[in-house]
Amino acid sequence: MAFFDQFNYWIFIILLMIGLYTMMSRGNLVKKMIGLSLFQISVFLFYITVGKITGGTAPIVVETLPGDPAPIYSNPLPHVLILTAIVVGIATTALGLSLVVRIKESFGTINEDEILEMEDEA
Amino acid sequence: MFSVETHVILALLIPLAGAIGIALANSAPNIRETVTLVTSVLLCLNVFNILPAVLNGIEPTVTLIQIMPEVALMFRVEPLGMTFACVASSLWIINSVYSIGYMRGNKEAKQTSFYVCFAIAIAATMGVAFSGNLLTLFVFYEALTLSTYPLVTHKGNADALKGGRIYLGILISTSIGLLLPAIIWVWTLTGTVDFVKGGILDGHASALITGVLLFLFMYGIGKAALMPIHRWLPAAMVAPTPVSALLHAVAVVKAGVFSVLKVVIYIFGIDFLYETGAAEWLTWVAAYTLIAASVVALTKDNLKARLAYSTVSQLAYVVLAASMATSMAVAGGALQIVMHAFGKITLFFCAGAIYTAVHKTEISDMRGLGRQMPITFIAFFIGALSIIGLPPLGGSWSKFYIMVAAAETGELYVMAVLLISSLLNIAYLLPIVARGFFYPPLGQVEERAPVGRETSDFSWSNIKEAPILCVIPPALTATACIILFFLADPIFKMIEPILTP
Amino acid sequence: MTGLSSQFAALVVVLPLMFAPICALLRGRTLPWAITTIVSALSFYVSIELVIAVNTGGPISYHMGGWAPPWGIEYLVDPLSSYMLLIISGISTGVLIYARDSIAQEVADKHLGLFFTAYLLGLTGMLGICITGDAFNIFVFLEVMSLASYVLIAMGEKYDRRALTAAFQYLIIGSVGATFFLIGVGLLYMMTGTLNIADIASRFSEIEDTRPARAAVAFLVIGIGIKLALFPFHVWLPNAYSYAPTIVTAFFAGTATKVSVYLLIRFIFTVFDPEFAFGIIQLKDILMPLAVLGFLSMSAVAIFQTNIKRLLAYSSVAQLGYMALGIALASEAGLTAAIVHMFNHAVVKTGLFLSVGGMFFMVGSVYLKDLAGIGKRMPITTFGFVLGGLALIGVPLTPGFISKWYLVVAALETNSNLGYALVVAIMMSSLMAVIYIWRVVEVAYFRSPPEGAEHKEAPLSLLVPCWMFILGSFYFGIDTTVNVGLAETAAAFLMGGAP
Repeated sequence: MAFFDQFNYWIFIILLMIGLYTMMSRGNLVKKMIGLSLFQISVFLFYITVGKITGGTAPIVVETLPGDPAPIYSNPLPHVLILTAIVVGIATTALGLSLVVRIKESFGTINEDEILEMEDEA
Repeated sequence: MFSVETHVILALLIPLAGAIGIALANSAPNIRETVTLVTSVLLCLNVFNILPAVLNGIEPTVTLIQIMPEVALMFRVEPLGMTFACVASSLWIINSVYSIGYMRGNKEAKQTSFYVCFAIAIAATMGVAFSGNLLTLFVFYEALTLSTYPLVTHKGNADALKGGRIYLGILISTSIGLLLPAIIWVWTLTGTVDFVKGGILDGHASALITGVLLFLFMYGIGKAALMPIHRWLPAAMVAPTPVSALLHAVAVVKAGVFSVLKVVIYIFGIDFLYETGAAEWLTWVAAYTLIAASVVALTKDNLKARLAYSTVSQLAYVVLAASMATSMAVAGGALQIVMHAFGKITLFFCAGAIYTAVHKTEISDMRGLGRQMPITFIAFFIGALSIIGLPPLGGSWSKFYIMVAAAETGELYVMAVLLISSLLNIAYLLPIVARGFFYPPLGQVEERAPVGRETSDFSWSNIKEAPILCVIPPALTATACIILFFLADPIFKMIEPILTP
Repeated sequence: MTGLSSQFAALVVVLPLMFAPICALLRGRTLPWAITTIVSALSFYVSIELVIAVNTGGPISYHMGGWAPPWGIEYLVDPLSSYMLLIISGISTGVLIYARDSIAQEVADKHLGLFFTAYLLGLTGMLGICITGDAFNIFVFLEVMSLASYVLIAMGEKYDRRALTAAFQYLIIGSVGATFFLIGVGLLYMMTGTLNIADIASRFSEIEDTRPARAAVAFLVIGIGIKLALFPFHVWLPNAYSYAPTIVTAFFAGTATKVSVYLLIRFIFTVFDPEFAFGIIQLKDILMPLAVLGFLSMSAVAIFQTNIKRLLAYSSVAQLGYMALGIALASEAGLTAAIVHMFNHAVVKTGLFLSVGGMFFMVGSVYLKDLAGIGKRMPITTFGFVLGGLALIGVPLTPGFISKWYLVVAALETNSNLGYALVVAIMMSSLMAVIYIWRVVEVAYFRSPPEGAEHKEAPLSLLVPCWMFILGSFYFGIDTTVNVGLAETAAAFLMGGAP
């Protein structure tokens, strides 16, 4: 079935949507950060999926016997790219959480609605 | 001494340098006023230095800066601009004298910024007069609007704020909203924005586009005060009277109608406009403005407001002339620029003198003032006659030419409009003089003279004129109105070349 | 090119990157600031050299680490990217001259070193985005810039704690935008097997009919649109600009969104063929209404603001709408208008924010109610604001006029009713600009200052850079050889087909 043939892509999309929905629907800033992380991680899965080649093996040079078919390697580049993206994601999460800490110190709450109320008063 | 081109540049630089000088002399009023006067005299001499060249048919051309490829900031002095520059620069001298009398007489605040903005506004006027293409015209047109804004709002109170809003709102929104697109449109149609004799649109625009462009230009040049965008002119009357006198009777409004003439002559081309018939609606609008503004003027009791509406009406003469698109009409329009300038500035000077002397602004309060201020009221009388267009005063010529043009084209309703307008002019201007001389002053009852004995209402002891510096200028400009009657021919000769392609 | 000058393309990015951690170690008010300023000035110098080199010798391709593209990362300096480098490093340097006194007041002393670290990283990111020729590298630099900007905006917390929430809001929205961008790049990579922009471009015509390619376009345009604050993705911008420290606002207003405009131009005109973007998928139908709605509605919203920084921020969103419109017109004239306006708006808006910064420095508020009579209290600063405002409106002899001229020419060139309607819309928006600038002018000059208010000008260290931008903007409005000349070259280069 075509649907299951590309199930990784479906997972990517479902995760992406869950992340986006969490960010939009939750008032709690930490939950928003969790949503953002999900959102970003889904993209990592997407990149890794792109790099996978059916029947491919890890891109480490394999000695093959003469006559054997040439080994198929998975594409390593997306993995490398995604390492960078993971670092970026960690930095974003760290920065976001530290902002949440500062917001808590300064507003006394991490609930968006309450913060907005206080801002309107100011 | 210098080449003609240098003089053209100097016409812009002298007032700007004067502005800096005035700003530097902030703390010493006497030096500051001297700087103003010296600058104005220098400018006038300078402008008249260009005159002989232009009379000989030379059109000095100076390119200042190449702003965009193919679009430069450039000056080209042609007869019409020369005329306008001469009028504005010579009246600036008289106005400077008057300003000193008025500003000191009324102990106005912020006098330095007043004189600085005034000088900058004159520089912008020179730029408008000498502009060699639409872009240059637009640049200085906007500079004029912005530099006069502080003058209009000089009083700084709520009224000034409101007047300033209307002033800036209308002038900026029409120029940016209509004039600028029109200019860019002309550029995309023809690839040039230069003023060329005979027009540049011929062969590039259909009759429909010509009509739309004409609409954009006529309403884009808000300074020409065509109804219904005339509101800024009465609103600008919150300004001190010298501003109203020079800027809103001469420089600013004349920059408006001057631009109208320039656009009609050099962008559309008189013949092209006449052939397409695109200007027919404009004749009607101008005629309407002419009559309607006069009627409104009748209802105004505030002297400056009445003069403002009179200006709106008189400006419509020029637009009317432009819309008829014949050489005779355009000549009349050009003459109207000159003649009305001298006439109207006289009237404003008188209004200011009255305010300075007795602090009265309403016409109904001015009864009998003529006995107290005879020179002012005689000057007012002469100015009024010139505006009405009676010989032997300059104003008669411009009306004469426009009438001839109306007869030529067979537009009889234009004739009728002109006649009605002249009658209305009489109706709203002369009563002021009549009240001044023949009515008793406010609060006094005329003693009935015994039969057979003549009494004189005049006595030397009653005379209480405004400060001398406020009285000499209107006297001078009133005299000029008479002299101009005899100078009409030279002026006509000068602008003739632009009418014969 | 020999010696050091052959490394210029790398240096312009490496310099700020290298000095960023050094700044983090430094203490005191002067040292980190001085180093940052010098580094930024060096980048500016290198950018000028690059602009000259590109305009005399054609595009420069620099192979990072000696790896040839498409395997290695290529730095590609073409007329457009060199133009961007010039804007970014120039604005940054000017703002930094202003920064010393301004930032010392707005940020705690112990954070100054870190502040300038973040600033340099932000600069690195922007310069990197414009110079790199590798799609994934763009993402990395985009995130470097964004992360730095979240930090910088949050630094405004000392005066207004809302800076924190503004930064958080921007972080969420900005990360979504960047992630969308990442998905777009991933899809392109999936289809073409390369990340080098020139390489993708050369293969794009083969895949342009596929669904992933179209999805890639959608993700990229929306991702960039969010970063660009394209209406209706602009919600983060007014908050971020209002509460960030003055120099951050000035710097970002001039550069950050422009970088996104650059990305949009780069992807539409270099990566996707304009014929694809405007012919096959009709990107214009989306971009143009958004642009027009953007500048009309945001100019209108700006009129009702009571906070000058916020007012200017909304005006920025409107101005970005002009740029988007220029792109959407998809003609050489339109593109020129967009590119010229990037430059002009950068100079003008920075000047405006710096003059508002001067008021904030002396008065401690940017609310209109507190600035009554500021024209009498700080005449020089306020006059600078008025001149900048005129440039924003587009009065002739100012750069705003030049931009508007090109934009209207581009709209009229379409020779359609749509073109005329666009002209009307542009003019309406300009008129609204008159209104919101004049609200400030009236408050500044017609209200009397509060009792006992000091009549004191901002210090010279603030006035000089502010006026440098204001006068500079007038210079570029009169002598347009630099801004228009370079923009026309860039537009012609882009329309003439990518390398």
